[in-house]
Amino acid sequence: MNVSTAVFYLIAAVAIGSALMVAFSRNIIYSAFSLLGTFMGVAGIYVFLGADFVAAVQVLIYVGGILVLILFAVMLTHRITDVEITNRAAGRIPALIIIAVLVYMLIESVTETPWVKAKEVVYAATAWKIGDLFLDTYLLPFELASLVLLAAMIGAVVISRKEIKE
Amino acid sequence: MSFGPDQLTSYLIIGAILFSLGLFTVLTRRNAISVLMGVELILNSANINYVAFSHFGSGNSDGQIYAIFVIMLAAAEAAVGLAIVLAIFQLFHTIDVEAAETLRE
Repeated sequence: MNVSTAVFYLIAAVAIGSALMVAFSRNIIYSAFSLLGTFMGVAGIYVFLGADFVAAVQVLIYVGGILVLILFAVMLTHRITDVEITNRAAGRIPALIIIAVLVYMLIESVTETPWVKAKEVVYAATAWKIGDLFLDTYLLPFELASLVLLAAMIGAVVISRKEIKE
Repeated sequence: MSFGPDQLTSYLIIGAILFSLGLFTVLTRRNAISVLMGVELILNSANINYVAFSHFGSGNSDGQIYAIFVIMLAAAEAAVGLAIVLAIFQLFHTIDVEAAETLRE
């Protein structure tokens, strides 16, 4: 086993182990911080797939934005001193059965399908290709995305502000 | 069964496991923020599949474009969702998803 394979196994183990912590931890602070491991592991998987720009975007937006937002929400909605029951879970046994059946079916179908592979897998810088596609083929969705982000920003401000009584 | 960094199936299996864990989180948690964390896990697993098919399949970058759009929508969803969670907390003083059932009555 060479070094890159070992690194791949390590990254996959970090991503899946952190996701296990998110799903099973009793304390919501631990769950929120485990999300960091999952996001960084997924970014590493993107690097293995030759998607450097998507990996950078993952680190910037997920780790730098969404995770900080989630941590802020946790801190704002909980009294940090009573940490025992911050992350209640219900109906674990039926959910575990459903998830076991689902993961068995998914892995079985993935491994049994004869995937057609590209003749040669290329590793090249992707940023310029993505920029071209955004300003050419995907111009309308790109502009719509900026509108969606503006609407989400205004909506978040309107929903979360305090009502001012006259 | 082959597993390794040069196999498509290994990435699809990682995506399947992350999806299942995210679905488990969404199904079992009673804390609204934890439910949002499960949604983020599910979106990440879908993104892994997009980028893996883009890498091993056609060779063009369309899958990566979709992954970036999904990340963008996840950011919008997290902002609005957490704002709603904070509004629910101000109203009910808890974010247990079973407590916010005023509309049902």
